Amino acid sequence: MAALEVLETGVLTTVQDAGRFGHARYGVGRSGAADTVSYALANRLVANPPGAAALEVTLGGLRLRARGEVTVAVTGAPAPLRVDGRAAAMNSVLHLGEGSELRMGTPEHGLRGYLAVRGGLDVPPVLGSRSTDTLAGLGPARVVPGSVLAVGEPPPELPVVDLAPDAAFPAGEVDLRVVLGPRDDWFTADAVHTLLNSVYVVSDRADRVGARLLGPPLPRARAGELPSEGMVPGALQVPHDGDPVLFLADHPVTGGYPVIAVVVSADLRWAAQARPGTRLRFRRAG
Amino acid sequence: MRILECGDAGLLVEVGGLDEAMTVHAALTAEPLPGVEEVVPAARTVLLRLAPGHDPARIAAAVRELPLRSAATRPAGEVEIPVCYDGADLSDIAAATGLSETEVVAAHSAATWTVAFCGFAPGFGYLVGDDPRLHVPRRAESRTRVPAGSVALAGGFTGIYPRSSPGGWQLLGRTDTAVWDLDRDPPGLLRPGVRVRFVPV
Repeated sequence: MAALEVLETGVLTTVQDAGRFGHARYGVGRSGAADTVSYALANRLVANPPGAAALEVTLGGLRLRARGEVTVAVTGAPAPLRVDGRAAAMNSVLHLGEGSELRMGTPEHGLRGYLAVRGGLDVPPVLGSRSTDTLAGLGPARVVPGSVLAVGEPPPELPVVDLAPDAAFPAGEVDLRVVLGPRDDWFTADAVHTLLNSVYVVSDRADRVGARLLGPPLPRARAGELPSEGMVPGALQVPHDGDPVLFLADHPVTGGYPVIAVVVSADLRWAAQARPGTRLRFRRAG
Repeated sequence: MRILECGDAGLLVEVGGLDEAMTVHAALTAEPLPGVEEVVPAARTVLLRLAPGHDPARIAAAVRELPLRSAATRPAGEVEIPVCYDGADLSDIAAATGLSETEVVAAHSAATWTVAFCGFAPGFGYLVGDDPRLHVPRRAESRTRVPAGSVALAGGFTGIYPRSSPGGWQLLGRTDTAVWDLDRDPPGLLRPGVRVRFVPV
């Protein structure tokens, strides 16, 4: 059976799929690939069914060796790729022979890359998903040098394109469209105006759970505690200390601080691709 | 009932209180609405996560039409949880409630608790009791590390930390009972509707 032998991983490499569904009422979150668009494209390129498990690589630095012949595709944050020392293209179908080595360098823009292998990664599912939930500590262990990841049976469908175009990754400021609420009424009118007319910078406290943002404070109109309530990815939650947190794939199922606005689902991938230091602007959707 | 938008893929149904939230959750579970992928009950709200491409306004209208019957009172199971009542915040809890430490322990173990909803972490149940004297606020500052098995109180709820994590609830004691075990089906011991009694050891 084919496998991928991991030689180096960079800062964080995890196995991710489309997410863990149907357990939210037990306190289990969705998790899954943070940039769902790049993840789905990688699987599509190698003709995997949607939901096959792939690697999510944070800031590049992945090096792996093929055991047996495998077909892979790398998508997401544009990073230099090399197969056996020769340059290879992102968003393309790459055939690796037995012993071939693939290297993913550091991306110029963006944060997360996705490597899908034809047949998917065959790691044991937990509660129906092969996603690593870093907050809940569920799913496959994080990928480390020396990990050997089994590759599943290739699907009957064959790849139909060699190269797929993808939207250009934003190089400078990133615009994220938001819908105000559900708790914008917990904030002053000035706070809402500030959110929509200022630049917020992604701090170095940014992971799969969410990104703490630095920028002008968002004063509350209302004191007191908000009873815990369900949360969605893209939520901009404002804790007492005032620095908003933009929640991503491994966000908690419920939270106890008011959410002033939520990033629309079409822009979530750009939120997931914003690395520390990225300047964000929030604009009203619609 | 107030229905609030959570971006374009979520609706937060806000109701008057816990009973009504449980009723809405029960109605949505009994007859799932098309386009609703997941339902997350909480203390005063029920979050609906929507499948892509569904119109939130149409789903909100369908929620307003839901036949709401009071949530079934039949418990979803009963468990006894042995507790060693030696928590670090026992004296603070006593001070906040006006009871002695012995009375706090007696009240907590005499009360009947029901899991209202889960959240915060896998297997963490929010249990509501029938003794209003046990309402205490969260700690002013949360701890960076609360050990697994800690039994705690906050805001009228009691809960058990499934694994070591940060937390701001007041620590009452600890238990060896695993509330979250992936080798068990279902892994969570404290599911909504389960009735719990705490036994001092």
